Amino acid sequence: MTEASAIAIELGQAFPSVPACEARGESGLRLGKLRRGARGRVIGIAVASAHTRNAVDPHELERRLLEMGFVEGARFEILHEGPVRRDPIAVRLDETRVALRRREAHALIVEIDTDSPTA
Amino acid sequence: MSDVVHPNPLIALVGNPNSGKTALFNALTGARAKVANYPGVTVEKKIGQVTTPAGRRAAIVDLPGTYSLRARSPDEEVTRDFVLGRLKGEAPPDVIVCVADATNLRMMLRLLLELKQVGRPVVLALNMFDIAERQGIRIDLEGLTQELGVPIVTTVAVRKRGLANVLAEVDRLIGAHAGEPSWHEPSADEIRAAHRDAGRIHKLYVKPPLRPDSWTGRLDGVLLHPVAGTLILLAILFLMFQAVFSWATPLMNLIDAGFSGLGQAIMATLPPGLLRSFLVDGLISGVGSVVVFLPQILILFFFIILLEDFGYMARAAFLMDKVMGAAGLHGRSFIPLLSSFACAIPGIMAARVIDNKRDRFATILAAPLTTCSARIPVYTLIISAFIPNRVVWGFANLQGLVMFGLYSAGIIGALTVAFVIRRIFWRGASEPFLIELPAYKVPDPMNLLNGLLLRAKIFLRRAGTIILSAMVVVWFLSSFPAAPAGASGPAINYSIAGMLGHFIAPLLAPIGFSWQMTLALIPGMAAREVAVGVLGTVYAIGGGHGGTLANVLAGQWSVASALSFLAWYVFAPQCMSTLGVVKRETNSWRWPIIMFCYMLALAYAASFAVYHIAAALGAG
Repeated sequence: MTEASAIAIELGQAFPSVPACEARGESGLRLGKLRRGARGRVIGIAVASAHTRNAVDPHELERRLLEMGFVEGARFEILHEGPVRRDPIAVRLDETRVALRRREAHALIVEIDTDSPTA
Repeated sequence: MSDVVHPNPLIALVGNPNSGKTALFNALTGARAKVANYPGVTVEKKIGQVTTPAGRRAAIVDLPGTYSLRARSPDEEVTRDFVLGRLKGEAPPDVIVCVADATNLRMMLRLLLELKQVGRPVVLALNMFDIAERQGIRIDLEGLTQELGVPIVTTVAVRKRGLANVLAEVDRLIGAHAGEPSWHEPSADEIRAAHRDAGRIHKLYVKPPLRPDSWTGRLDGVLLHPVAGTLILLAILFLMFQAVFSWATPLMNLIDAGFSGLGQAIMATLPPGLLRSFLVDGLISGVGSVVVFLPQILILFFFIILLEDFGYMARAAFLMDKVMGAAGLHGRSFIPLLSSFACAIPGIMAARVIDNKRDRFATILAAPLTTCSARIPVYTLIISAFIPNRVVWGFANLQGLVMFGLYSAGIIGALTVAFVIRRIFWRGASEPFLIELPAYKVPDPMNLLNGLLLRAKIFLRRAGTIILSAMVVVWFLSSFPAAPAGASGPAINYSIAGMLGHFIAPLLAPIGFSWQMTLALIPGMAAREVAVGVLGTVYAIGGGHGGTLANVLAGQWSVASALSFLAWYVFAPQCMSTLGVVKRETNSWRWPIIMFCYMLALAYAASFAVYHIAAALGAG
């Protein structure tokens, strides 16, 4: 972990940024749209719009994402993309690595670092 | 609880997947663990005995790994109900040992906060502490103990370090008051709050690593690479199959020789009669024909446990998720389907790792179509009898090509069945794929050995119970009533199985089966490869030709019939044990019946098509 990202983690934890999430609402950038190398911060979860074809209801999906560490303020970096149609994606999420499909990643509203490769 | 003396306390091990919980369990109990099933559910219960420093004989239970008590799979439900004391027929644990990967504490802190609400004393075991030290992770143990209000011990399960301290804390906590149970299923906001809490605690007492693990990132750069990673996965699969088929052969021959030696010894000592026939043809050849697969199953599990402990299985699921997803399945279905190449039974049992019931059932229903090792003797016999051993296209051996085709038919069949189930019968709903990619770890040889011993025990116990009784039934059907005096032809011809064969034969005539072939299918229900033995019996006694069985078959069957027989074996439900396991795993007769019917229909259709196409091409 670089020093800059360590500082960013501390900032992320200091400001859980719930207001920012509400301000951006459903229009924010989605993790599911980003490419390998993108890094930034989770600012909200919007399960309602994204998932009509999921076996679990939106509330359950929200809780599962939260349990795996996709909480507001968590730092992420997209490390790898799957071999077929760049799906699923492997994400470094604070200190853990998590893999998920882009479909579920679409529920995560994120903010990318200014020096991060763009979507 | 606290008024009892607790001479035999119950300890529950709870932790995240990949926390080294099973390694700690193995270190504490040695290889003396027993595996049973929890009443009413189909989750394996691993239980062992330990003696605490105070001299108590404690029972210790290894519960399925979980990220939270909010259960999402049958495995996780067992963990939740067990710690809450809700599991029918099971006493609640006296002490909970929460096992954490010391290098990845944050996720676990949330689980610990949940466990504290259960109302039972908790010890936190910081496992893999040596790796945390090597990485320079500084953990303020005193501060963390104060903050969490639970005793903390550091352990290195694979080096057996810290085990006595865990048990000493257990001794101290037995009967301790741990507050009123207050656990309830958390809402999204409560999970957020718990995460914030865990994050705050983590930041206060755990300093980030000075020398973070850089191997995981570097290895993932290759192993998850879209091209290199996929090629490596294929190479690993290729190596596994080579190993399962070539390394196992000498051992299998040895077991085979052992059982036939035993049979011959009995033949030599006992007079001919029912008892000898029962012992030799029923018990020894029956159980022997199943036990002979032990080396293949152990080699397969050797790879599976090794890759699992190394941390690769989650990566395989990542790489295969899209392929599995195309069939409507989950990346996690890959492992059960892979295991089914050895035997559908461990494959069906491995489907327990799938959270979603529909994904799990679809995987279970598709698993028996992948080519299990019991089909190999049948395939080998028919191929060597009917397919010329020559080179085609300049490089490929025709016999090998047919074998490859049969394997491909099984894989395509399994994926198609899963697709049909998930896209037509259970449309729409697909489970989210959301898994942790654990840090790579050097696998521990002792853990591997323990895992293999456990698999061997489970397999042999099955061979000694379910399969044994099935073989006895088959022997009975094939031996009674006995052939009349002076009868010509094989004795089996006059038995119940023989009558059934003649009775069913007209039904199978349209797919090109003779009555002898039909008859072989009946004992073949006990285990697929038994059909080879039966064909041997029928033709050896019936025909009286010399030469190998393959030569005899080549003289008696048409090529179209032989191909039809192969097609039948790709799809047919020729295994009672598999159906029995499906009944146990799904807890209902419905699924084995559905499985039996769909596989039978597929087999009949495939054989019918193959027979008539081959006959039309002049192979009739």
